[in-house]
Amino acid sequence: MSDSPIVLEHSTELRHHFADMDQQRDAASLGMWLFLGTEVMFFGGMFCAYLIYRLWYYNEFAAGSRSISLLLGTINTVVLICSSLTVALGVRAAQMGKRKLLVILLLLTMLFGLAFLGIKGIEWYQKYEEHHIPGSTFSAENLIQEYPGIHIDPQHEQIYFSLYFALTGLHALHMVIGLGIFTVLTFYAWKGKYSPEYYTPVEIGGLYWHFVDIVWIYLFPLLYLIDRKPIH
Amino acid sequence: MSERAMPERTTSERNKPEHEHILPVSLYVTIWITLMVLTVVTAGVSFINLGPLNTVVALSIASFKAILVVLFFMHVKYMSDRLTKMVVVAVIFWLFLLLGLSLMDYGTRHFT
Repeated sequence: MSDSPIVLEHSTELRHHFADMDQQRDAASLGMWLFLGTEVMFFGGMFCAYLIYRLWYYNEFAAGSRSISLLLGTINTVVLICSSLTVALGVRAAQMGKRKLLVILLLLTMLFGLAFLGIKGIEWYQKYEEHHIPGSTFSAENLIQEYPGIHIDPQHEQIYFSLYFALTGLHALHMVIGLGIFTVLTFYAWKGKYSPEYYTPVEIGGLYWHFVDIVWIYLFPLLYLIDRKPIH
Repeated sequence: MSERAMPERTTSERNKPEHEHILPVSLYVTIWITLMVLTVVTAGVSFINLGPLNTVVALSIASFKAILVVLFFMHVKYMSDRLTKMVVVAVIFWLFLLLGLSLMDYGTRHFT
């Protein structure tokens, strides 16, 4: 304890090729945003395929969209938005050096993430029971019977469900990777590695989590809300 | 190197926790409530027949939600440097190139 004002030379977390912590954090953040850019293009390719097929096979897409549970989809959207809040508050806790609060918020985020995957699993199981998983066992019979006035081609219906499983599957994979990242973050947060001077991994991990949330924000209307209007 | 060696450089000052960058909890909670309300609104609106506008409304709400997450949760508004902001804009531009040019192609050709 000395009387001199802050004697902190520089944080031990400062890599020697950076001038200061600000520059180091900006560089890491920029790198993460560039990575997220590649992720946007990765999902973008599939969104593009979705868009084109939806324009071609609108009836099948609308019928398929009606068959997936809007309730489960909405609950999952709410769950992910809550997880984004806990991440944002977690980063804030890290900025303020509140170790225990950070650990609690990271664990809460992972809990929301697991809840999301659990609900997703229930939804997929419903699709399995309805024979809506693309492949040799696929059947659009129940949809054809349910909407007699609408022409539904089973092959085109299969395209909707292929895109549904590809998009939600890859999104779920990102969630699993996010859970892995947050496990590591929670471990180091518990060990007290992060401080107001150095919390970049929490911030960067948070960016990833929010990105996965944004993908879902678009998947929700695109997959679940194509056509929910009552049929006259 | 020379910068690091200079004792008068205010590294210590810059290493201080940057309280001006810590956003209030109330802001995060406000964004969260807005996102929750919009989720319920978008699910509810889908039951009303607006014709082709249903898709427009659904995607507008989704985009507004995404913008809120990017600006506030992902700190682009208050805590990012200009380079990061530029990357965000460029990413959106690339995505529109991908979607726009692909649709122009598929939309103007006739497939059998």
